[in-house]
Amino acid sequence: MLGYYVRLAAISIRENAVMSLLMITAVAVGIGTCMTIVTVNYIMAKDPIPQKSEVLYAVQLDSWNPNDAFRDDGSPPDQLTYTDALALMDARSAFRQTAMVGTSLIVQPDDPDSKPFQASGRAAYADFFAMFDTPFLFGSGWDADADRRLEQVVVLSREMNDRLFGGENSVGENITLGSYDYRVVGVLDTWQPMPKFYDVTTGPFDKTEDVFVPFSLVASLQLPRNGNTNCWKPVDGDGYEAFLASECIWIQFWAELRNDAEKREYLAFLDNYVNDQKSLGRFARPLNNRVNDVNEWMDVMRVVDSNATMMLPVSIMFLTVCLLNTIGLLLAKFLGKAPEIALRRALGASKRALFVQYLVESGCIGVAGGVVGVVLTWLGLRGIEALFGDLVENLVQLDLVMVTAAVVLAIVSSMAAGLYPTWRACNIEPAAQLKSQ
Amino acid sequence: MLSMKNVSRIYRTDVVQTHALRNLSLEVEAGEFVALVGPSGSGKTTFLNIAGLLETFDDGSYQLDGRDVAGLNDNDRSRLRNEKIGFIFQSFNLIPELNIADNIDVPLRYRGFAARERKRRVDRVLEVVGLGGRKKHLPSQLSGGQQQRVAIARALAGDPGFLLADEPTGNLDSSTAAGVMELINEIHRNGATIIMVTHDLELAARAERIVRLSDGQVVLLDEGGEGSELENGAAV
Ligand SMILES: Nc1ncnc2c1ncn2[C@@H]1O[C@H](COP(=O)(O)OP(=O)(O)OP(=O)(O)O)[C@@H](O)[C@H]1O
Ligand SMILES: [Mg+2]
Repeated sequence: MLGYYVRLAAISIRENAVMSLLMITAVAVGIGTCMTIVTVNYIMAKDPIPQKSEVLYAVQLDSWNPNDAFRDDGSPPDQLTYTDALALMDARSAFRQTAMVGTSLIVQPDDPDSKPFQASGRAAYADFFAMFDTPFLFGSGWDADADRRLEQVVVLSREMNDRLFGGENSVGENITLGSYDYRVVGVLDTWQPMPKFYDVTTGPFDKTEDVFVPFSLVASLQLPRNGNTNCWKPVDGDGYEAFLASECIWIQFWAELRNDAEKREYLAFLDNYVNDQKSLGRFARPLNNRVNDVNEWMDVMRVVDSNATMMLPVSIMFLTVCLLNTIGLLLAKFLGKAPEIALRRALGASKRALFVQYLVESGCIGVAGGVVGVVLTWLGLRGIEALFGDLVENLVQLDLVMVTAAVVLAIVSSMAAGLYPTWRACNIEPAAQLKSQ
Repeated sequence: MLSMKNVSRIYRTDVVQTHALRNLSLEVEAGEFVALVGPSGSGKTTFLNIAGLLETFDDGSYQLDGRDVAGLNDNDRSRLRNEKIGFIFQSFNLIPELNIADNIDVPLRYRGFAARERKRRVDRVLEVVGLGGRKKHLPSQLSGGQQQRVAIARALAGDPGFLLADEPTGNLDSSTAAGVMELINEIHRNGATIIMVTHDLELAARAERIVRLSDGQVVLLDEGGEGSELENGAAV
């Protein structure tokens, strides 16, 4: 019988093409708008590393200006000074930990014909790869000895390895970054956590970096920094050394703490450290050290843009308006079918049979609206991309979940819209209709 | 077959009450062919709708096949209509978007027949009404007489034991009307009970019995056939 109802729906939709098109458009536009906004929110709010998000903690120390909090709400700075980062690394109080910073390096290809080009880089400690579960295509990360011995080693992104080595296993090969040679120890497989949680300072939806090098080289090779640097007092003196010794914050710091006990111990360690520093005349602000796990950190860093959140109820209201329109159109359409409904009743259709028939018709409009709605959603996301450019380049992907959600939402909402008109249609008095002919 | 006792039907609107049927009592035997006549507005269509379970009544009792219909719910009524009752309406009442075969198919669908059985029945009744070659035509592509024949075919397809026809020839010329009447006679010969509303005295005369309604009441019961007083032009 369902097949019969779908066929009747198809005939009816075709027969009443203009009205059907209006309804499909109304559903599609509502779904498209709603799903565009929902998708943006959904991707922003997604847990980027669900298997570990509860054991990875971003570390904050309040090294900021004694007279002026870093943020109005009193939260500590979101990055660390070089002095503190090194001290925490030396203490190794967590199960794993890494200080890190974005950098930017010039790649000098061996081939004299190809031009040098800029690559985004990240300077981190050996634990980085194990902490963040990076997938390796070839080789592995470097070890703690390499950090200590200032070894010039590099892990390449898959894309970079494709570009430099045609996708071959390049472990053991050398590449030139800036004016130094680095030995390739590993090549990552495709890796794009979304949001890029480990460093959201320059944009939570940036691409992951092309090359990864030991953090210890930042000082020894004076690698350029690529990210935010904030200073609450001027740097004492000139030169790189002076900058490293300054109170400027520019380093992200992550610790892996496997349970509550480790978390408590680590916080105690941080408090001890800061108290020690206080006696040296630093950290004039009240004790305010924090660790936030990945999802808490995404909240602290306001990764879900408040505009997007605000748009959510607006877009749902818009969908509602579209559906109210659809209800009106369906009502007109179904009541226009009163003679047919009366006839079907006379020929033996129960109210239930008619109810199902017209609900199926509403559902078919929903399917069509949903499919067009997915296309509109895709266009909407392209539009957002065009508006905000690179900042959201990786944000605007439609995954299967969202496509399914869009179609299901379209079907459910148009069936909901169809409920009242269908109910009205089924309760048409057949006798009165047949008599009036 | 059909037994109505003191059935009343009152239509209430804001301003007036219309007694479409008042205390109407009527017995129709199984296999009988009854013609229903009476002036416009006398309640003929209302009677047919009540007899066919399309409409409820306010007072009295109605037994169909020995069953009191007052207690039936919507589902039961729909099933009875579907399995026992065939309607031929005052106008043709085909679904314009569906082709001829699909129109005839409608009651068979609700009856739950398998595809093969439905096709067999559709083909058979289309042969009976002489429209075997028009299966794929839309109603608008047929003449009025052909459309009425399709409507009759649809009523026949379910092999109804009880056929209710409301001026089946009202919109047809006399020779087409004769063809349609021939079909209805055929159904009657095959054993169906028939109640047919008509204004045409000649056609009414073909029935076994003529029932005249006036103002919602049965005013005259008359054996049909040649020489009845209706034939002589008593007011209709
Ligand atoms: N739905 C309704 N609401 C109000 N009054 C109605 C309704 N249906 C019928 N009537 C009234 O009930 C009376 C009987 O109507 P009905 O249709 O049964 O007459 P009829 O004998 O079939 O007439 P005709 O020969 O013109 O078809 C009429 O007075 C009519 O105006
Ligand atoms: Mg009538």
